[in-house]
Amino acid sequence: MKNAGWVALAAALGGLPLVGGEYYINLTSQIFIAAIFAASLNLLVGYGGLPSLGHASWLGLAAYISAWMSLKLGLGHWATAPVALLGTTLVACAFGWISLRATGLGFLMLTLALSQVLWGTAYRWVSVTDGDNGLRGLTRPAPFGIGLDDAASFYYFALAITAVAIWLMAVFVASPFGAALRGARDQSRRMSALGHDVWLIRWITFVYSGFWGAVSGLLFVYYNKYIHPASLSITASAEGLLAVIAGGSATLAGPIVGAAIVMILKNYVSAYIERWNMLLGFVFVFIVIFMPEGVVPGVRRLAAQATKAWRSPR
Amino acid sequence: MQYWIIQTLNSLALGGLLFLLAAGFSLIFGLMRIANLTHGSMYMLGAYVGVSVLKVVPNLWLAALIGGLVIAVFGGLVERLILRALSGNALGQVLVTLGISFIIADLCLMVWGGDPIPIPTPPALQQPVLVGGVAFPTYRLVVVVIAVATALALHLLMDRTRIGAMIRAGVDDMQMARAVGIPVSWLFTAVFCLGAALAGAGGIIGGPIMSAYPGLDADMLPLALIVVMLGGVGSLLGAFVGSFLIGAIYTFGTALLPDLAYVILFLPMIVVIAFRPTGLFGRRSV
Repeated sequence: MKNAGWVALAAALGGLPLVGGEYYINLTSQIFIAAIFAASLNLLVGYGGLPSLGHASWLGLAAYISAWMSLKLGLGHWATAPVALLGTTLVACAFGWISLRATGLGFLMLTLALSQVLWGTAYRWVSVTDGDNGLRGLTRPAPFGIGLDDAASFYYFALAITAVAIWLMAVFVASPFGAALRGARDQSRRMSALGHDVWLIRWITFVYSGFWGAVSGLLFVYYNKYIHPASLSITASAEGLLAVIAGGSATLAGPIVGAAIVMILKNYVSAYIERWNMLLGFVFVFIVIFMPEGVVPGVRRLAAQATKAWRSPR
Repeated sequence: MQYWIIQTLNSLALGGLLFLLAAGFSLIFGLMRIANLTHGSMYMLGAYVGVSVLKVVPNLWLAALIGGLVIAVFGGLVERLILRALSGNALGQVLVTLGISFIIADLCLMVWGGDPIPIPTPPALQQPVLVGGVAFPTYRLVVVVIAVATALALHLLMDRTRIGAMIRAGVDDMQMARAVGIPVSWLFTAVFCLGAALAGAGGIIGGPIMSAYPGLDADMLPLALIVVMLGGVGSLLGAFVGSFLIGAIYTFGTALLPDLAYVILFLPMIVVIAFRPTGLFGRRSV
């Protein structure tokens, strides 16, 4: 029964490019990228209890490193991708060390402030980042000689990376380390008393989360073949956080559902009205006030109630 | 020489504006544990309201007063109607203020358009003052004076009045303050309105220097955040010292190293937080 669900999901995702038009294939590819981004943020926000408002740093930084190396140094993707991932992860090591001087709201403000450093630098360091013009004229990689320039090939590429990423994050959460992380979130003093190094647990999670943020950044820059400082802005971080909260934090499926909701809203609604930012703001306020637990736990609770009502004799 | 004197004065004026913004943010965060991310939007909204008021009443100081009042009412409504419903849920409160800041930013774009709107300097203050052969822009001097006067007034309010003592008690130990009968709920709204009023009036007073433009909120909020974390949460002195420090670093950083000004701006905060998580004058860790 449980396996049947997975097979159906795999068949649906694998078969989508055969039946869907290019628009839907591209939209789903974008959802995959947003899903990795939101799922990596969820490691911090949901499982670690550390609300970050600077997660766009990792997406943007990896994209910028990759774009800069290929445009200004003329290097191929085999060189840019590992350096972008490594470089971003190293910056995450440093940012994590600073941000984790605080927890809770202090942590949120520090991550926000630090991500603004990168945003401001991307805007102002014109000789490196081309400022407000962004870096353009990029290419997609061709792993094993397979070009990714058509929508379907890129879709399968993104699907494969997303599957691996979500699986590795699920393994992380299910491991004893993941249990320790949740322990540090709920009872940090007790965890310290039990001999766990709470700070180290959080820092490792921060770095791991930054790494997967960087992976989503590489996919992002491959998809768009373009990177702009807006990808490092507070709005970009906030969209990720909204995906996590809307879908349901500290669940595996939540951020993926949330990312799909945010992406679909963004794509459909921005076709009709210009006011994406205002809508984003209203959705934020609505979710926080009326649906604080998120869609996935909400639906799960309703389903549990329905099953209970069904099984119990009337 | 003239150039550096002007830059120094610019840095002081920016520091003064930052103080008007950061003092309220710091008090709100210190007392209520709310990271009010609409604070930058209140500054911008103040500037835009000032633009509209100036069309009717051509007096900057009156516009600042009216704008400050309007933003105070707006802040009070946000606090009473929305933040109060989420009390105890710190993350929810931050997210709601973030959402509201997006809404305000887009509303301002809708109402006042995308082009920067200059706010004229009051005619009486347009002539520079000549001191020893060096011309000082008068308006910037006045901004510094206003900021210092506000700082003094806030200091007297906090240090010499009963209300100030109640606020300090709330910052230091909320539960104990409640237990001894301080009306903390009423105090929350008052401090929130005060912080909003300062931010809104600051937006108008800063208008002749910065004008009103979309993105002003996103430019000012991070500066206020750094000031507060550098100076220490809930500390008026910290906000004062931090504001002028950041004003100077921002102005001289932009003049000397425009490419990396933003990195330099954040360095002092990072160093201070790394070695002293409470900030320079804070008593409690952020």
